[in-house]
Amino acid sequence: MSLTNLSDRIRKHFEKGKPLHCFSSLFDAIDTFLLTPRTVTTSGSHIRDAVDLKRIMITVMIALVPALLFGLWNTGYQHYLILGQASTFWKCFAYGFLKWLPLVIVTYVSGLAVEVSFAQWRGKQVEEGFFVTGFLIPMIMPPDIPLWIVAVATIFATFFAKEVFGGTGYNFLNPALVARAFVFFAYPSVISGNSVWVSGTTDAMTGATPLSQLMNGGEPVSSYLDMFIGTIPGCIGETSKIAILLGAIVLLYTQVASWRIMLSVIAGGFITGSLFHLTGLCPVNGWQQLLMGGFLFGAVFMATDPVTATHTKTGKYIYGLLIGILAIVIRVINKGYPEGMMLAILLMNIFAPLIDYCVLQIMIKKRKKNIRQHQHQS
Amino acid sequence: MKSYLGPLNKENPILTQTLGVCSALAVTAQLKPAVVMAISVTLVCAVANLIISLIRNTIPPRIRIIVQLLVVSSLVIMVDQLLQAFFYDISKMLSVFVGLIITNCIIMGRLEGFALSHKPGASLLDGLMNGLGYGLVLVVVAVFRELLGSGTLWNHQIIPSSIYEAGYLNNGLMILPPMALILVGALVWIQQASRKNTAK
Repeated sequence: MSLTNLSDRIRKHFEKGKPLHCFSSLFDAIDTFLLTPRTVTTSGSHIRDAVDLKRIMITVMIALVPALLFGLWNTGYQHYLILGQASTFWKCFAYGFLKWLPLVIVTYVSGLAVEVSFAQWRGKQVEEGFFVTGFLIPMIMPPDIPLWIVAVATIFATFFAKEVFGGTGYNFLNPALVARAFVFFAYPSVISGNSVWVSGTTDAMTGATPLSQLMNGGEPVSSYLDMFIGTIPGCIGETSKIAILLGAIVLLYTQVASWRIMLSVIAGGFITGSLFHLTGLCPVNGWQQLLMGGFLFGAVFMATDPVTATHTKTGKYIYGLLIGILAIVIRVINKGYPEGMMLAILLMNIFAPLIDYCVLQIMIKKRKKNIRQHQHQS
Repeated sequence: MKSYLGPLNKENPILTQTLGVCSALAVTAQLKPAVVMAISVTLVCAVANLIISLIRNTIPPRIRIIVQLLVVSSLVIMVDQLLQAFFYDISKMLSVFVGLIITNCIIMGRLEGFALSHKPGASLLDGLMNGLGYGLVLVVVAVFRELLGSGTLWNHQIIPSSIYEAGYLNNGLMILPPMALILVGALVWIQQASRKNTAK
């Protein structure tokens, strides 16, 4: 019996009035995930394009794969390094994978539970939007974070940052970052300090990230080459700048992410970092700031989220520049928040609609002036 | 009689009229100050309503706001002095927010909207119920915030230490004002949703 037949046979149990109707959105989600949707539009003219929501989400996930694979290996590598034990490539990878797997399962189960219940309540289908969010959340968490905290954070973020505003495409904040911000403010002990970034450490052993070493007033111990390659402690997905740049190439080649945003975030961060270095407020210079913490990960995967970013071309430059500037300003000025990138992106998410509005109004004003001039001449 | 119960649910000053939200965010990190604040506002609201209603026919309409402010501010000063005399620690905790009861829109709103045009008995009841409606929201928000944020209620440890040993942590976000805003928002949502259902 083929899958299509099976789906057809059990479909009738999920119709309205049937006992399993309360699971109809779940059935629908699995059905369209595995098979082609049954509903075909018959009337009107449509722009047909291979790139739909599902395709965009899958592209982002492919772009995340290099950073993820490196992160899995690095989680194990840092663990065995700090314990002083010998390890092989596969041993490191397996250790990281076993740390990551429960995280990703918990994220998807808790997040999709919220999504499905909202879809059922509203009588709509489950959207694909959570796939990327659920993939991103474990990558921006420390490897040893308790699973129940991940579940609470995911539920909070999906509920209050996304579903309350109408679900996929209507959220004005990036849900993955909201989940991280929730953990950061609600349970600061599991996501800040020196002993959380390497899996399996105790308080006596310090696995400080270069960023936290900088915050504590010293120059980072790790070399900048290590930071570029990614063999430093940190969140699972953020350490390797090479892997993130590979992802950036995928996103830019497929035009899923905006190069304007990426470029201006990096420019903003570099300029601000250099200014702080020149004025002597910070021992590291502009390009070294870019290699630290989650700056590059945020610039490539978080700031470019098409739903929460600005939509106008000029707006994208302003939005990106301000993210870069704010991230470094928070990092250098406020020692309490070493990871300024998360807060900078969330703050600019809130201002993105306002930036778009202002850019549009200015554009309209200019055009009106042009029209008036033309009328005057003729 | 039924119309007087409105402020508790359907016409709740915080949830429906969105008045007095500022103090609801500020004093609800713990249950004790929230209850004291609720009682203070209820007292001020009820007594101010009664006094204004008693003298409503002698107040010249052009200076009525000044008269209302005088009445409310003298009541607030009395409450503040009482708290400082008998509950000094709570008075410290509430700090400026007792004094700020005078700017609480619920009180001025009831004076303008009800006491100026109704008899003393009805005004007293209306002020009482509006204060209680405000207090109800404060207490609900404070219970969630103190229980989840500090693991205590009325300064007594509620969540047992065995759960902490199992890895549970207090939610630090609950202590911060943003979470109070989210909780009030959730209450508004629940109330609106239930009202929509009954309307159907």
